[in-house]
Amino acid sequence: MHSKRLKKIEPKQFYNLMCLFFYFRDRKEWADLEPVPQDDGPNPVVKIAYSEKFTDVFDMFRALLKNDEKSERAFALTAEAIELNAANYTVWHYRRVLLQALDKDLREEMKYITAIIEDQPKNYQVWHHRRMVVEWLNDPSEELQFVAEILSQDAKNYHAWQHRQWVMQEYKLWDGELEYVEELLEEDVRNNSAWNQRHFVISHTSGYSDSAILEREVQYTLKQIKKAPHNESAWNYLNGILQDGGLSSYPGLLEQVTELQDTCSSPYLTAFLVDLYEDALETNSSSYDQQETLNKALELCKLLAEEKDTIRREYWNYVSRSLQNTYGSGDPVASSSDPPPPSSSQQPDTEPSDP
Amino acid sequence: MGTQVKDVIIKPDAPNTLLLDKHADYIAAYGSKKDDYEYTLSEYLRMSGIYWGLTVMDLMGQLSRMNREEIIEFIKSCQHDCGGISASIGHDPHLLYTLSAVQILSLYDSINVIDVEKVVDYVKGLQQEDGSFAGDKWGEIDTRFSFCAVATLALLGKLDEINMDKAVEFVLSCMNFDGGFGCRPDSESHAGQIYCCTGFLSITGQLHKVNADLLGWWLCERQLPSGGLNGRPEKLPDVCYSWWVLASLKIIGRIHWIDKAKLRSFILACQDEETGGFADRPGDMVDPFHTLFGVAGLSLLGDEQIKPVNPVFCMPEDVLQRVGLQPDLLS
Repeated sequence: MHSKRLKKIEPKQFYNLMCLFFYFRDRKEWADLEPVPQDDGPNPVVKIAYSEKFTDVFDMFRALLKNDEKSERAFALTAEAIELNAANYTVWHYRRVLLQALDKDLREEMKYITAIIEDQPKNYQVWHHRRMVVEWLNDPSEELQFVAEILSQDAKNYHAWQHRQWVMQEYKLWDGELEYVEELLEEDVRNNSAWNQRHFVISHTSGYSDSAILEREVQYTLKQIKKAPHNESAWNYLNGILQDGGLSSYPGLLEQVTELQDTCSSPYLTAFLVDLYEDALETNSSSYDQQETLNKALELCKLLAEEKDTIRREYWNYVSRSLQNTYGSGDPVASSSDPPPPSSSQQPDTEPSDP
Repeated sequence: MGTQVKDVIIKPDAPNTLLLDKHADYIAAYGSKKDDYEYTLSEYLRMSGIYWGLTVMDLMGQLSRMNREEIIEFIKSCQHDCGGISASIGHDPHLLYTLSAVQILSLYDSINVIDVEKVVDYVKGLQQEDGSFAGDKWGEIDTRFSFCAVATLALLGKLDEINMDKAVEFVLSCMNFDGGFGCRPDSESHAGQIYCCTGFLSITGQLHKVNADLLGWWLCERQLPSGGLNGRPEKLPDVCYSWWVLASLKIIGRIHWIDKAKLRSFILACQDEETGGFADRPGDMVDPFHTLFGVAGLSLLGDEQIKPVNPVFCMPEDVLQRVGLQPDLLS
């Protein structure tokens, strides 16, 4: 099915282009309705200069609402109102009421909402409307391709991803999604939405508990990191999938990550090593010399705080102190910027003041 | 490694002092200019627009310049029979605008001009079986609405009217592998949604369920070299994230993980010296939404020219003290 927008000039669009909009209040088919002006409340201090067309359309809209009119002309007017302001949720509500009351052709409505979304893809109402129509039709067959088309224009459109996830879960459309995610990551390996989607697909299909699958994912992620080392999403994903099993016990992981340090160094790699060492300390792993591991971790925290990620030095100093206090053999380390330990949940926040 | 980080460059001549008077003038005059087409288009969110304007004026100590009586009358006209409140007269009710209305009336200490019992009924009625909340009768589910529901009820002193356990269960089901939250389960972590979820967990006394270190790290990773904050990885900074990210960090007790000086200079750079107001990023067009969140962000950073703001409700602390609300914060 085409998702390309056909530029057909309707008569009314022609008039618009010619700046000869034929106001509703002047049309004989609307003569029976008294337009209802905007009510800004009693004694409005602020008088707003709407455009003539906006006033005309919305005055008529209010008249229809007031009479609770359910007619073809009302339906046509909602399209005019939407064109002027597609975020107006009251107009969408009314249009849905009319779609049902007039038993309108929902396939036509799908074409309509497709065009609107392509024009204004970052609007909540339009996506919600599409979802309602898909539910009424109980037909998701166009959805994945449509969302892919929208994502090809903006691969991170949050609404588009929501809709895609809904369709997939509701109608169990998991096939081919992993391939689609890989295509997107080929185009932009830093697309966080695509990484999130990868996690979504696998969680809901095979899961990560199969060691072959987990290994496949680890290798895939490391490969992407080699292509673009400064990639928060890839490192987040790697951390996320290995969290449950434990970073330090995953076979060969420390070696593979350490190997990347020369060519693919980034604050994320260093942070990952800190997390890995922390895991080794926490699990008291016999494969790691505890003291040496602690020292390495502290060294990396210092590197990050002082050189590689100075904007987050407070965070790295916190990690360093936590490690020392938990696993070190000396007296607890405190800092002037540490908040005091909580004594009750109602304690007011005791943030340090700026130096 | 020479890598391209998605960010903005702040020009050397960008504003670097806080122009509070200009912002107050901008908000006070908003909507009274002729040909303000943007104002006409935003009717569908008018109630939130009023909340943004009033809150920032109150934070700047300029609330008296706004027309209290007119606004209260306007709100009364926006409550529907079902109890819900709409963005403007003639629009349908929605949870978003119900919260904004209740926030405004709290600022003005005039909660009882609306039918409070009916508001509670409306909010209760939107809770679903799985604990989530719909935004209105058309059923869109989003953790934003969980926040709106509990924030509204907390301001009315009626938190016990919903199924709290289920509500919490749903929000926690939206926690992701990176410690963040999305709008529904499995949705990508997003700073705006994280603000709503941490705010929700604060109000419901469930902050201990958050992995504060993990989430705090994800949030402080939003800070870019320019000092500004983005909403998710590989996106540009936006001054409204000075609110969503910063407030979340404050709620979970890790606001000191942000480089405050750099963030402050980014926020100040987003001001427009001629018109007043803040834009999403330096050089763009200003609007009341970004103006509130720029000023509120500066308040959280400790600017003494601005009243202390509550990180959960985004309202002046003195208002919440008057209402008697002290939502939990982690330390």
